[in-house]
Amino acid sequence: MAESMMRPPKISIGPVAWMRQHLFSSWYNSLLTLVVGYLVVTSVGPLFSWLFFDASFRGTEPSQCDGGGACWLFINERLNFFIYGFYPDELQWRVNLIFLLLAVAFVPQFIERFPARKWFGIFGLTGLPLIGYFLIPGGTFGLEVVESTKWGGLMLTLILAYIGILASLPIGIVLALGRRSEMPIVRGLCVVFIEVWRAVPLITVLFMASVMLPLFLPDGMNFEKLSRALIGITLWQSAYMAEVIRGGLQAIPRGQYEAADALGLGYWKKTGLIILPQALKMVIPGIVNTFISLFKDTTLVLIIGLFDILGTVQSTVTDPAWQNVAIEGYVFVAFCFWVFCFGISRYSQNLERKLDTGHKT
Amino acid sequence: MNKQKIDSRPASPKPWYDPRIRAIFFQTVVIALVFWGGWTLVDNTLSNMESRGISTGFGFLDETAGFGIIMSMVPYDATMTYGRTFWVGLTNTLLVSAMGIVTATIIGFILGVARLSSNWLVAKVALVYVEIIRNIPLLLQIFFWYFAVLSSLPSPRQSIDVGGALFLNNRGLYVPEPLTQDGFGLVWGALISAIVGVVVLKKWAKKRQLATGQIFPVFKVSVAVLVVLPILAYVVAGGPLEWDLPALKGFNFGGGISIIPELAALWIALSLYTASFIAEIVRSGIVSVSKGQTEAAKALGLPNGLTLRLVVIPQAMRVIIPPLTSQYLNLAKNSSLATAIGYPDLVAVFMGTTLNQTGQAVEVVAITMAVYLTISLLISLLMNIYNRAVAIKER
Repeated sequence: MAESMMRPPKISIGPVAWMRQHLFSSWYNSLLTLVVGYLVVTSVGPLFSWLFFDASFRGTEPSQCDGGGACWLFINERLNFFIYGFYPDELQWRVNLIFLLLAVAFVPQFIERFPARKWFGIFGLTGLPLIGYFLIPGGTFGLEVVESTKWGGLMLTLILAYIGILASLPIGIVLALGRRSEMPIVRGLCVVFIEVWRAVPLITVLFMASVMLPLFLPDGMNFEKLSRALIGITLWQSAYMAEVIRGGLQAIPRGQYEAADALGLGYWKKTGLIILPQALKMVIPGIVNTFISLFKDTTLVLIIGLFDILGTVQSTVTDPAWQNVAIEGYVFVAFCFWVFCFGISRYSQNLERKLDTGHKT
Repeated sequence: MNKQKIDSRPASPKPWYDPRIRAIFFQTVVIALVFWGGWTLVDNTLSNMESRGISTGFGFLDETAGFGIIMSMVPYDATMTYGRTFWVGLTNTLLVSAMGIVTATIIGFILGVARLSSNWLVAKVALVYVEIIRNIPLLLQIFFWYFAVLSSLPSPRQSIDVGGALFLNNRGLYVPEPLTQDGFGLVWGALISAIVGVVVLKKWAKKRQLATGQIFPVFKVSVAVLVVLPILAYVVAGGPLEWDLPALKGFNFGGGISIIPELAALWIALSLYTASFIAEIVRSGIVSVSKGQTEAAKALGLPNGLTLRLVVIPQAMRVIIPPLTSQYLNLAKNSSLATAIGYPDLVAVFMGTTLNQTGQAVEVVAITMAVYLTISLLISLLMNIYNRAVAIKER
């Protein structure tokens, strides 16, 4: 009786045992632990003191950055530019309102039990872009016009990624359906379209949009730089989107198609009522992942002269008044992107687990 | 009999309900739309180009370029043609892609295995690396290496000197260049014959193993042959190799091979970024091999090394290869970000400077896109061949 109540020997529980098992299980594991541990300790210490302990946070002047660490004042000073670009100060409430609505629409998606969160999501995909379309450029409802050349920073990055993904979704659906079509010519055209866009780098697409689009259009019809970039991004992204959606279409069991045929549904009813709802639900994680890569790729627009968040930082780190703030600037941008991308990818993994109903073999 | 069957079919549907006729109709409409759209574009383009005074055709490729390029694999100077700039850009793109693919694969495989290490610290360090690097835009990482790290290196006069042979400064990395002398052909010959010998040896060993069950230590013997034969040839030929050491001449280095900072930054960033994706692919590939396979191998008495080499890796490779291919493609496409820091790749040289100077937008863009399309198709073709070789042979 007493034996069975006895605790396991000290050697097999507790931190010492854990370390023996996970860090020092054999001579080479011990060696590895020591080497890697040494590297981690020697690099993380100075990194943290540069980032936090020696860093300067308060003040407004470059001369106040004297701690020997990071100069966060610089970020502080230019934060407005990094977020809104050249958007006029007194009109920034419009952008803030959109940011707020964005949070209202998408924060509930992370909370499992939030009431009616589906409707918040639908608002985010339909109503929000509509409000943004009127609010941000202005010009209607007595709002003052703000030209797109003044948009910039984080705001522009979000606009590019959001419109890019939203506009590419319907095109991607059509292309995916076309690629699965039984009509050889339609299928062939879709395959060529998708493969060509997927094969070329985004940079060439952006160059093409900014150099060649004006040539393609009839005289008198022209777009400003931002719209041209958006057209390029959307076409490019829709090819990727089509491949993601095609994956979902292929994952639907044949029985679903046959059952719809047996019910006498025509092609569009079969697709719209039976196939697409199931396929789209299945590929939500894939769509979220393409969103993440598009979000990162929007930084490329700085090459054709748009000021996204990286563009605004890149243009200010060379300011001679602040010396050697390049690393601070890059760390700030990296942090912004990391928070967004890591958060969204965690969300997508969560979703994948939840949508996995165990039917997959 | 046959006739009766045909007669008993239901009345044929009205032509506009017949799916075949509908398909023909829709496809005719689609073709008409595509042709109309294409014709409108071509028409607009031609009239626009005419009104702007841009000539068409590929004649510009024979004109003198007149601009310098900081790095070229093929001989180039400003008096050469625009056609030549295309080759300079293309070889530079291929160079950085190939370098990146090699290093990204090595780093990625190490990280992927480290993610699964039984050592807690190693696994966590790999996890943190992967999660940080793959969530930060590549362009930002390239900027970081180029503007923040490499440009803060010391000037040529204060170069970081490694053993008098390697020099690192803000103009690049300088390494000694091997110059082959007369008689080096003997070394190449020895190397080729060693490779042929190893292939023959491998076939013979397999045949013998199948016949007698005896295992011949192919790997050790192969390594020995591959190392010893060329060294022997080198000694016999009297060491026909000289090193051209880099040295400070005036304000900059001369001699040796130099890796310009643009190339170095692009290479480092591409390798580290792609490696984080490859690591995840490798990890999921290894995880996908079911535990039963390892256990069965252990039960058969295979030692750990052989289990890994003969059972786990071949099965994991099947899962790893297809996504790895798309990562290689991504890397090749991402190398076009070179233009942001001024590394003279295809996009920077040809689609940038050449396009700006000649104004031949349509031709230049078409050529550039055709190149990337070819690279893409080529890599996927090679990988498909390999994939077919390692795919499950179902009976």
